[in-house]
Amino acid sequence: MSAGNYSMDKKEGNQTLNLTHIKPYGDTLNDGKVQLSFTLPVPCTDEAIEAAKQLMRKMGFDNPQIVYYKELTPGFTYFVCYGSCTHTVDYTTISVPKVESTVMSMEETDDFLTRNIGRKIVIIGASTGTDAHTVGIDAIMNMKGYAGHFGLERYEMFDTLNMGSQVLNEEFIAKAIELKADVLLVSQTVTQKDVHIKNLTELVEMLEAEGLRHKVILICGGPRISHELAKELGYDAGFSMNSYADDVASYIAEEMNKRMHG
Amino acid sequence: MQKSKLGLDFNKVAEAKRLAQNIAGPVQQFVEGYTTVTVERTLCRLLGIDGIDANEVPLPNILVDSIKEKGVLNQGVLFHLANALIETGLNPQQIAEQVSDGKLDLSRVNVYSAEEREAALKPYIKQSIKRISGNRKRRENYIATLGEGAKPYIYVIVATGNIYEDVTQALAAARQGADIIAVIRTTGQSLLDYVPFGATTEGFGGTFATQENFRIMRTALNEVGEEIGRYIRLCNYCSGLCMPEIAAMGALEGLDVMLNDALYGILFRDINMQRTLIDQYFSRAINAFAGVIINTGEDNYLTTADAFEEARTVLASDLINEQLALMAGLPEKQMGLGHAFEMTPDLENGFLYELAQAQMTREIFPKATLKYMPPTKFMTGNIFKGQIQNALFNQISIWTGQGIQLLGMMTEAIHTPFMSDRAVAIENARYIFSNMKNIGDEVEFKEGGIIRKRAQQVLEEAIELLGRVEKEGLFSSLEKGIFGDVKRSKTGGKGLQGVVQKSAEYSNPFIGLMKGETTI
Repeated sequence: MSAGNYSMDKKEGNQTLNLTHIKPYGDTLNDGKVQLSFTLPVPCTDEAIEAAKQLMRKMGFDNPQIVYYKELTPGFTYFVCYGSCTHTVDYTTISVPKVESTVMSMEETDDFLTRNIGRKIVIIGASTGTDAHTVGIDAIMNMKGYAGHFGLERYEMFDTLNMGSQVLNEEFIAKAIELKADVLLVSQTVTQKDVHIKNLTELVEMLEAEGLRHKVILICGGPRISHELAKELGYDAGFSMNSYADDVASYIAEEMNKRMHG
Repeated sequence: MQKSKLGLDFNKVAEAKRLAQNIAGPVQQFVEGYTTVTVERTLCRLLGIDGIDANEVPLPNILVDSIKEKGVLNQGVLFHLANALIETGLNPQQIAEQVSDGKLDLSRVNVYSAEEREAALKPYIKQSIKRISGNRKRRENYIATLGEGAKPYIYVIVATGNIYEDVTQALAAARQGADIIAVIRTTGQSLLDYVPFGATTEGFGGTFATQENFRIMRTALNEVGEEIGRYIRLCNYCSGLCMPEIAAMGALEGLDVMLNDALYGILFRDINMQRTLIDQYFSRAINAFAGVIINTGEDNYLTTADAFEEARTVLASDLINEQLALMAGLPEKQMGLGHAFEMTPDLENGFLYELAQAQMTREIFPKATLKYMPPTKFMTGNIFKGQIQNALFNQISIWTGQGIQLLGMMTEAIHTPFMSDRAVAIENARYIFSNMKNIGDEVEFKEGGIIRKRAQQVLEEAIELLGRVEKEGLFSSLEKGIFGDVKRSKTGGKGLQGVVQKSAEYSNPFIGLMKGETTI
């Protein structure tokens, strides 16, 4: 085995944790180690490698190392690189808006709703606009749920309708009126060219025009959606990756309760 | 007699195929009595009508809508076109332009005899059949002279939204070892009841399928094929509301592979089942004649339903799709029946179950160019684990002799593939396909073991399911949510208003010609 696999460098610098100046961790505090890969639109030459290193320095990396490179097709070279990040962030001053609810189990949510609301909550969901992906809305709504978390259909106190994919905002609102929905769930997966922002904004505007916005709990979800973005667009809550039906159900239960009983 | 590595009883396979045939029969009978707006637009396109008006409405739409408005769509567009050809002495394109300009009302043209109409259409039909045959010969000639990749064909997608950028990505992929380039369609195109026109540079999550985009990409792939000495196939999507039109455009431009599955459209795009099954029949006849490999979308059932529990639905649907394809004249080797590697990675012995099902599918459809789909549902954004999931998937494919390997991307669920994502995926597949090339010839499966039992169980369950569908009928079974846990109504969904029962005058000579039942 080559000795090259072992770092013989003397460990330097401050090796204590300072939360006001955190940086990436490889195997020593504050070593700043980062792995990344990218492609440059140039042929594979010594100059290309130097360009990759210079780019790494501009990105704020000390000691840029190009550990692998390959020309993918004439004129495009791919690099795998390591470097030490020179930047830090202050972890102590960070605050991220979150959906504020205590996550309850399905039984607890049903029980909570029986005691506090006393009727079934009507929920309709859809992947709206041109979005053809139903994975997200299905994971939250369908009986089976996802990764062991039962979907909203299985809750006794929810009356649900999953309208599927490519549902127009007009159709979605018409159905909400017809069923007197309490909660609208919108799923957006495709985010190319910000098509999801346009579509989500349009729904809010149409609900406002119909005088419905304040009558419903409006929730959006998707891999690239955050609670912060959802609030910004005029939604009550947003759910992203690693959210399951119980997260959404608990939020709905608590929000319904808050609206009814203040 | 075929020998099964899984101890499958081929009498049971035959029983499954008989049940599927009984299911497909009534569907076919229904389909033959009807036509649709897109079937009629397809006939316009096959007669050489193309182009758009000032509002970018395609001329085939203008022509077909004009006869639909007059309530005579049931006679078929060829009936009206033939009369107009005789009456005006113009060609089909000129007639379409006249209709578009409001100078000609097809419903008010004199009616000529069936013989006269047939004679008037003949030269245009001949021309289009000749062009499609020519494309088929071109492909066969390329494969004979340049050669092609070994199976499983490596299939990758490009999806930039811009056809010219797609070409750059496709050429890179071909040089890295891809055998099939699929140009993903822009989100929502399946629901358009027309096909856009010309070269396009703006799309969401994909690129518009247009005849000009087909031509641009096919030309680029011909060139790179000659450069690298391997024929590169081009794939697009004739599903959705313009199924046969896109099949015709693909046939006219020499495409090689087409997604072509009504069941997929019904379940996952909420397209009306009557509409799309009628459309599918003509589109498959065109694909059959053009030598195009069709792909079916059974893999998608497993994105909404559980891959382990619902394996029988994939097999049952493949069997029904096979029968419907045979009825449209599609030879088995042009059938890219779909299945997938979609069980949760947390499932103990999941690899063994996947192996069992892939081998089972291979043995039940021995001549088909099976399309094997990668993990997508359990791809998480953890690209490092994703690369391993794709490696396991590749191992099963080479082991069980799949036909088309739709490569998994480690960045699935993150973005449409970067050039480097594709390169990494192709490297993964080529490494495994070479390193494990003959493993399927060397390894046998233990009698009474997990793998044999799994395959036998899935076949049993599929037979039971097909038995129920046979009693119920396909339409009614779909209404009850038999596939993918999705329920669709016979009169619901998109596109039913474009369906009409054929009248006595109706004729579509292309079906007979393309199925080889008639000659011209």
